[in-house]
Amino acid sequence: MSTINDGLKSVLGWVDARFPLTSNWKSHVSEYYAPKNFNFWYFFGSLAMLVLVIQIVTGILLVMHFKPDATLNASGVPIAFASVEYIMRDVPWGWLVRYMHSTGASAFFVVIYLHMFRGFLYGSYRKPRELVWIFGMLIFLSLMAEAFFGYLLPWGQMSYWGAQVIVNLFSAIPVIGPDLSLWIRGDYVVGDATLNRFFAFHVIAVPLVLLGLVSAHILALHEVGSNNPDGIEIKKKKDANGIPLDGIAFHPYYTVKDIVGTVVFLAVFSIVLFFMPEGGGYFLEYNNFFPADPLQTPPHIAPVWYFTPYYSILRAVTYPLFGIDAKFWGVAAMGASTLILLLLPWLDRSPVKSIRYRGPITKWMLSLFVIGFFILGFLGTKPPSYEFFGMIPGAPVAQLFSLYYFLFFLTMPVWSSLDRCKPEPDRVTSK
Amino acid sequence: MSSDETVDSGRRNLLVATAAVGGVAGVVAAIPFGMSMLPSERAKAAGAPVEVDISDLAPGQMKTVEWRGKPVWIINRTKEQIASLRTTDDKVSDPKSEKLMQPDYCQNETRSIKPEIMVAVGICTHLGCSPTEKFKTGTESGIAADWPGGFLCPCHGSTFDLAGRVYKSKPAPDNLEVPPHMYLGDAKIVIGEDKKA
Amino acid sequence: MRKFLTALLFVPIVAFANAELHLDKAPDRSGDKAALQRGAKTFVNYCLNCHSASYMRYNRLSDIGLSDAQIKDNLLFTAEKVGEPMKVALQRADGRVFFGAAPPDLTVIARARGSESGSGADWLYTYLRSFYRDSERPTGWNNTVFPNVGMPHVLWELQGDQTLSEHHALELANPGKLSAKEYDAMVGDLVGYLNYMGEPGAEARKRLGVFVLLGLFLLFILTYALKREYWKDVH
Repeated sequence: MSTINDGLKSVLGWVDARFPLTSNWKSHVSEYYAPKNFNFWYFFGSLAMLVLVIQIVTGILLVMHFKPDATLNASGVPIAFASVEYIMRDVPWGWLVRYMHSTGASAFFVVIYLHMFRGFLYGSYRKPRELVWIFGMLIFLSLMAEAFFGYLLPWGQMSYWGAQVIVNLFSAIPVIGPDLSLWIRGDYVVGDATLNRFFAFHVIAVPLVLLGLVSAHILALHEVGSNNPDGIEIKKKKDANGIPLDGIAFHPYYTVKDIVGTVVFLAVFSIVLFFMPEGGGYFLEYNNFFPADPLQTPPHIAPVWYFTPYYSILRAVTYPLFGIDAKFWGVAAMGASTLILLLLPWLDRSPVKSIRYRGPITKWMLSLFVIGFFILGFLGTKPPSYEFFGMIPGAPVAQLFSLYYFLFFLTMPVWSSLDRCKPEPDRVTSK
Repeated sequence: MSSDETVDSGRRNLLVATAAVGGVAGVVAAIPFGMSMLPSERAKAAGAPVEVDISDLAPGQMKTVEWRGKPVWIINRTKEQIASLRTTDDKVSDPKSEKLMQPDYCQNETRSIKPEIMVAVGICTHLGCSPTEKFKTGTESGIAADWPGGFLCPCHGSTFDLAGRVYKSKPAPDNLEVPPHMYLGDAKIVIGEDKKA
Repeated sequence: MRKFLTALLFVPIVAFANAELHLDKAPDRSGDKAALQRGAKTFVNYCLNCHSASYMRYNRLSDIGLSDAQIKDNLLFTAEKVGEPMKVALQRADGRVFFGAAPPDLTVIARARGSESGSGADWLYTYLRSFYRDSERPTGWNNTVFPNVGMPHVLWELQGDQTLSEHHALELANPGKLSAKEYDAMVGDLVGYLNYMGEPGAEARKRLGVFVLLGLFLLFILTYALKREYWKDVH
């Protein structure tokens, strides 16, 4: 037994002399001290990593069978569309791989939105974690791009018209817009060239960027250390060995805890995957089972659920301003609604980080923000003429909450500093 | 980090020059990469004119043909439908078709060569969805009680009248495009080509 | 407050029903092999003349209890081998001339026709029972679910002629070979088959899901015990 151990040790020594394996393991895992009071909301970071791995592995397997080709086969079906059904029917276990990938896309956004909301709750974007937040937001933006490019690939009706609309958004940019959207499409209409390049972006370009950003996100986090539900810095109180008093080693404590979270997540994931892979038309849209038809837009087109809040904001702007079309301002508002998140670390002027010690203003503002985000998301799945209970028109409601979305951020420096905060504790609290 | 404060200006100038030329070289190399994403010769060559036979197009009916990958509508408007264009004049944002969304021979009240036959690219000028025909008038259309017939874009709710003119305060900025077209006899239209006299 | 916020986040989006179309509920035929076999036969006899099901291989029908020999003897009209997909003899260009639009491939039609108003099966079940005579249409037929549909009523000899009353209600003017009840049952079988064909593996998928969840439950107990064991140290 001891000879085996000695053998392993000498192998490790050999590696360590040539590559910083043990030191990296220590600094990022076994001697990375995380606050001991992580709660439910702290599962979603590791779950996002898990979903990333699921998407990469299933994605590689799908690429082995998928054909990014918009030309029609002998039955008059686009080859790309037919190849997805080929995966679903003829490839052994192809259905499982495909459903994992399609469910994984929605799961990714569920996890990421909850992960971001955790940041809102506990002020995880505040000094000194500004770069952690910015890298995270860039991950979020890349993920949106990744999802958008990937959604074209099945070449169904929603794929086609979704891409048509989003690419045309760029044509709203003054002067260079039309040429820019032509350059993105590679053709005068969304077509084979577009499908092929979106495939390239989806399987190579964006994943490479994502992996780089994920590394940067984690490196930045491990440099400053994790925040916690109390929003206080555990590094301020250290023991004689320089270990934070309220810190525990990531491994084994959070590894074993995150594994529990992983299993629970996989159970929820499996319920969707095995019993409702279409997610009621929200994860796989019904109309996307019709092959792309450039001559006819489906009667109701809506983006996949994770884009709908931003889509509502886009639709909310219907007035021209400064002599430029409403179309441009809609696009600008949608772009601004995602980019404004990057400024969050500097908009929040509260003396405390965590919601636990912040006053009623923050709680009301944030609650209304979440409600508004849900309502914008809901309205984004509906046609513009939608009315709540057949009476209250949806369009002005969407405009109201779009306005609130921006007001929430733009007035944050004022209301966050006005709020009556409670004193923060010295040490982290359990529960 | 050395504390040597002296600057070797010769070395620095050389450094700046190398960086500048190297940067230019990088940009120059990126140009062909970017250009490779523009439409190919094959894409440019596609899009020959399309001939359409409209002898079977009854009044009030519409036909859709594909031209350059886009839907082109040919609508045979009834007398009432043509008359309705006068009622929409003050509801649409560009009633006189001043923006060049049509060839000059279609810059008229009906936006067409023959008053009854409307030819338009069925692509919304907002974000490129294809609007749905809503020829039924009034409440039956599900749009408005005084709806005179026209088109509704399912994506963002822009509405167009029967000459493809966009209603005011809608996301679409312009009227529907009228493609170049001409008649070969009474019942045949060529889309994508016009012999300007 | 924290609990309030947590609860807020999980408020499921309330489904404000706004269905425009009333659809009849299609009978559930999943797992009923005899019904699915009858539906398959109707599909091959009536639909496959014009519509392909080009991702569906004939021998996949073993799912619903048909042997290769049975498939070959009873259903194999448009292909040579049972391993081939359900292609169609009609050329797409001809279809466009006959019906104004090429008949769509029907493999996944039951998945495509889903909407807020009901499942794809509900849509198909209602649609196939909603044809009526309309002299203004080139085919002489129209449909209340799919206005100005290109397809004529292929099953009219079985259902009979329906007309549309002034109050937009369907009335049976001339009865067909089947009674209304028999016709509904037959359409139910056909729609059941179309639903099956949309995802032949759906039943197996659900069965597997149960085992996966059981396995994860076991793993949950173990991992939770492991976590408790380690976290004894932390206080």
